[in-house]
Amino acid sequence: MVPIEHYLVLSVILFSIGILGVFIRRNAIVIFMCIELMLNSANLAFIAFAHYLNSMDGQIFVFFVMAVAAAEAAVGLGIIVALYRNRETINVDDINLMKW
Amino acid sequence: MEALLFYSFAGVAVISSLMVIFKKNPVHSALFLILTFFCLAGIYLLLNAQFIAAVQVIVYAGAIMVLFLFVIMLLNLEREVASPGGHGLQKLSAIVLSILLAVSLGSVMTAKFFTGIKGAYSPEKVNAIGNSEVIGRLLFTDFLLPFEITSVLLLIAIIGAIILAKKKL
Repeated sequence: MVPIEHYLVLSVILFSIGILGVFIRRNAIVIFMCIELMLNSANLAFIAFAHYLNSMDGQIFVFFVMAVAAAEAAVGLGIIVALYRNRETINVDDINLMKW
Repeated sequence: MEALLFYSFAGVAVISSLMVIFKKNPVHSALFLILTFFCLAGIYLLLNAQFIAAVQVIVYAGAIMVLFLFVIMLLNLEREVASPGGHGLQKLSAIVLSILLAVSLGSVMTAKFFTGIKGAYSPEKVNAIGNSEVIGRLLFTDFLLPFEITSVLLLIAIIGAIILAKKKL
């Protein structure tokens, strides 16, 4: 029986890798993929607790997190495509119109 | 057996998520993210969440990542060109700070003893009824309001995506 701390440590590691990706990468789509990785690490924490506390609330919440993530992915990629149409680049360093 | 499966899935998930952020080609990053999602689906199966594991493969790996790959190929992206100008300090401090975050959160996760009031849905009871059926019953009774609001949220996302894609408003 794997103790719950191991699942939570895996969730923490995946979350930190996601945050690292958001800082390091310059491509807007890869940054978006790292955000999805962070959402998945939170899902893992929910399901781990749902298993260890004999509850189904965690699994229901993961269902809603996935629905929200899907909606966010659609709209976010629409924004990225519109950005590419206007600026011909999706390197976040070049999208600096509002930078002082 | 469960421990062996968990550690192998966890190891592959961590390595492929590191590949996601360190690969220069965005298509390779997307493929490694799909591998991460499959490993997470395997871990969900170990945690007796069969419906969520299936939804993870179908929705995340099968729909969202396919959408990502469509957009990457539509925009015809190549290898990420390193931007001019010193980013070295930012990347180094990002690595240091995220290691610090992982260590501090991980120490909290291993120091506390997680306990709580155990609910009513033990694995034997859930597997006797059927995982999907239990989720279905809860979604339509206790969680009806979030379910209906999610449908409105998806409608808003559809309208938003269409408006963003139009050439002229």
